[in-house]
Amino acid sequence: MLRYALLRLLGAIPTLLLVIVLAFLMVHAAPGGPFDDERVLPPEIEANIAAAYQLDQPLPQQFLQYISGLLRGDLGPSYRYRDLTVSDLIGSAFPLSLKLGAMAMLLAMLVGVGVGTFAALRQNSLLDRALMTLAMTGIAIPVFVLAPVLVLLLAVHLHWLPAGWSGTTGGGRFILPVVSLALPQIAHIARLTRASMIDVLASDFVRTARAQGLGTRTIVRLHALKPAMLPVLSYMGPAIAAILTGSVVVEEIFGIPGLGQHFVRGALNRDYTLVLGIVVFYATLVILLNLIVDLLYGVIDPRIRQR
Amino acid sequence: MLRGMIYMRIFLLLAVSLVASACGESANDSPPVPTLHRGLSSDPESIDPHKARSTQAAEVLRDIGEGLISYSATGTLVGGAAESWTISEDGLTYTFRIRDNARWSNGDPVTADDFVFSLRRLVDPATAAFYGQAVAAIANVDRIITGDAAPSELGVAAADGNTLVMTLQQPTPYLLSLLTHPSTFPVHAGSIAIHGNEFTRPENLLSNGPYLLEAWEPSSVLRLRRNEQYWNNAATAIDAVSYHVLTQEMTELNRFRAGEIDITSSIPPDSFARVREQYAEQVHIAPYLGVYYYGFNLTRPPFAGNAYLREALSMAIDRETLVEKVTGRGEAPAYSWVPPGVDNYNPIRFSYADLSQDERNAAARQLYREAGYSDDRPAEIELRYNTSDTQQRIALAVQAMWAEVLGVKTTLVNEEFQVMLANIREGEVTQVFRSSWIGDYNDAHTFLNILQSGNPANMPRFESERFDQLMRDAAAQVTPLNRRLYLEEAERVLLSEHPVIPLYFFVSKHLVGHRVRGWGDNVLDYHYSQHLSLATD
Repeated sequence: MLRYALLRLLGAIPTLLLVIVLAFLMVHAAPGGPFDDERVLPPEIEANIAAAYQLDQPLPQQFLQYISGLLRGDLGPSYRYRDLTVSDLIGSAFPLSLKLGAMAMLLAMLVGVGVGTFAALRQNSLLDRALMTLAMTGIAIPVFVLAPVLVLLLAVHLHWLPAGWSGTTGGGRFILPVVSLALPQIAHIARLTRASMIDVLASDFVRTARAQGLGTRTIVRLHALKPAMLPVLSYMGPAIAAILTGSVVVEEIFGIPGLGQHFVRGALNRDYTLVLGIVVFYATLVILLNLIVDLLYGVIDPRIRQR
Repeated sequence: MLRGMIYMRIFLLLAVSLVASACGESANDSPPVPTLHRGLSSDPESIDPHKARSTQAAEVLRDIGEGLISYSATGTLVGGAAESWTISEDGLTYTFRIRDNARWSNGDPVTADDFVFSLRRLVDPATAAFYGQAVAAIANVDRIITGDAAPSELGVAAADGNTLVMTLQQPTPYLLSLLTHPSTFPVHAGSIAIHGNEFTRPENLLSNGPYLLEAWEPSSVLRLRRNEQYWNNAATAIDAVSYHVLTQEMTELNRFRAGEIDITSSIPPDSFARVREQYAEQVHIAPYLGVYYYGFNLTRPPFAGNAYLREALSMAIDRETLVEKVTGRGEAPAYSWVPPGVDNYNPIRFSYADLSQDERNAAARQLYREAGYSDDRPAEIELRYNTSDTQQRIALAVQAMWAEVLGVKTTLVNEEFQVMLANIREGEVTQVFRSSWIGDYNDAHTFLNILQSGNPANMPRFESERFDQLMRDAAAQVTPLNRRLYLEEAERVLLSEHPVIPLYFFVSKHLVGHRVRGWGDNVLDYHYSQHLSLATD
């Protein structure tokens, strides 16, 4: 098992290296540099700044320096935030993005599955139609429209919730961003659950269960929910991706200092090290997660262990 | 499917624990301090005065630091850390007397040595300061920045603990106004020796201004608290200031409407009319020292040596319509390069400024024909701007005006900001490009200077021996009146050559909430928190 894990980790190194090389080349290929501005710097000043950030050296050398820093766990200084390092920024931003994403995902699953099941049990009733129309609308409205509308309604007019992030404390400030992020996913998941639940409820084993005299509630809980969840489970991947990309927009609208915001701004500002740092961080995260899942496979399925 | 199940379980476990931790995040238990909430349109890149660059960083720095000279609440130059100063007759030696009671936030006195250390650090190549050349007026700056002289050769010296002597390269009438710029603020030498690059962390930073930096969450908020050691602490009314980083104007407006922000950094163009109606007396629009312009690439055809075409294009733009219908936030149409409102200066206007737009159009058509163009042989030009709604609207309007008046065929090219800057810099593909300039200090020099040949901010690459000579002559003048006459003549030469089309002068746009007292509009758009107070309601 340990040997397997080590082998897998070694195998991940070339992948990671490739990601770094590609990202490094791409950020440097983008026109313009981190210190370009309408207030063009005098050449002497520009030379001093380039020297301070080793931007005056040839690209291969910059790359080697970056890699050697990386090996020491140093992601380098941010070019945009001259007082902070990339590690500082990721360290403060990632927990926030993670919290936001996880909460949105959880909310989407709970409400989506609940609403979907509810609608499936009342198939073709007025309530079902109303819920599904609502879900369709939810899928159709993009986050960047939904979020400002929610803010306008709940924060600006009703004053129930804070309109933004900075300067507020407590769990209340999570509500609007999480809801904005989750709503389209709730809609998707509700529709998926409804469709698959209707299928499952029409299947033979459910009929058998009914014949045994079980109530609808028990049938759904014990027998129908699990198989009905299969399509929803395979939707998890796209849903996580949608929440990750959606969080960039939501973070921007609510002014949440998360990783998505840093990534986008970093790219626009040509903050090479910040962009690279986030790419490396995400790549490592994905590789590690896959490894953990594969290891758990082994725990569950002995055939993999023996291989 | 098995993989999905495992993912699902890991995820649920994680999600539940995170939600629990978020809900456990209790509201801050510190007692509420009356706080002024200000919007900031982007993060300061640094709060090291020598590494900062943006106007946003400068805004925060003016609260947590203080230079020799400062502005009063009414916008006049007053002593900051310096209580008085004398200027030698030749205008080359300034002697500042630093206040006995000027203190750092740890109680150390602010001394002349602090300023010597800081100004040397500013120009030291190792510091890599953006604004190293801002103090070019001081003796030896040029050679120090290039590494040809040691920072210790800078023309500043501490005559005694409280007396700072500054020796200049040439008379610089705007020196005092320059010394209000945050790049000239002092830093605490001892603190840098101990903490190195981390001296700006809130827990380490020593401030000599009215406020201390209590916390900084990047991309979110900077929290400032009263500095009890500040020499004029008694005059500071507000105990705490929060700068909220809000890059989206719409988000900022919503937070203002929700009562979470007292002062906004801007007002979104799309909502401007509605906001003006709803918040009438809370809307503050004031002239600002900045010019929005279109520049010509003077090194390539069709604009190299083609002053007629440049002038025709400049005349054919109906600036009144542009500011009324397109930008619409109270901007002033620009008929000069230096904005009105600059101290000790009367901007020169284009020779055509007094004509009606119809007369201008007729004259423009005349010039256009003289430049060799006609309806059968129209000028085909490219207009470049950075991707943004406002830029696009302006470009579309200008394109239409040029087509209508002259029949010019304009291709619009929008590029991401950094890409456009790189293109302008190379000067190969650019023809007409969008840019702007914000004055660094209240003097015509900050505008005229950038169009001197060889100045890196001279994006059109304008070169005029006569203009350069006039600028040099102006610099050599000791009496303000003579200097002003030379500068005005320089602007006249500049305008007659049409290297740029100034379109409009910026205005500062703020929403200032009911409870804020002491707000004063000014051309530099400086609003020190120490001059404001909050009404209790």
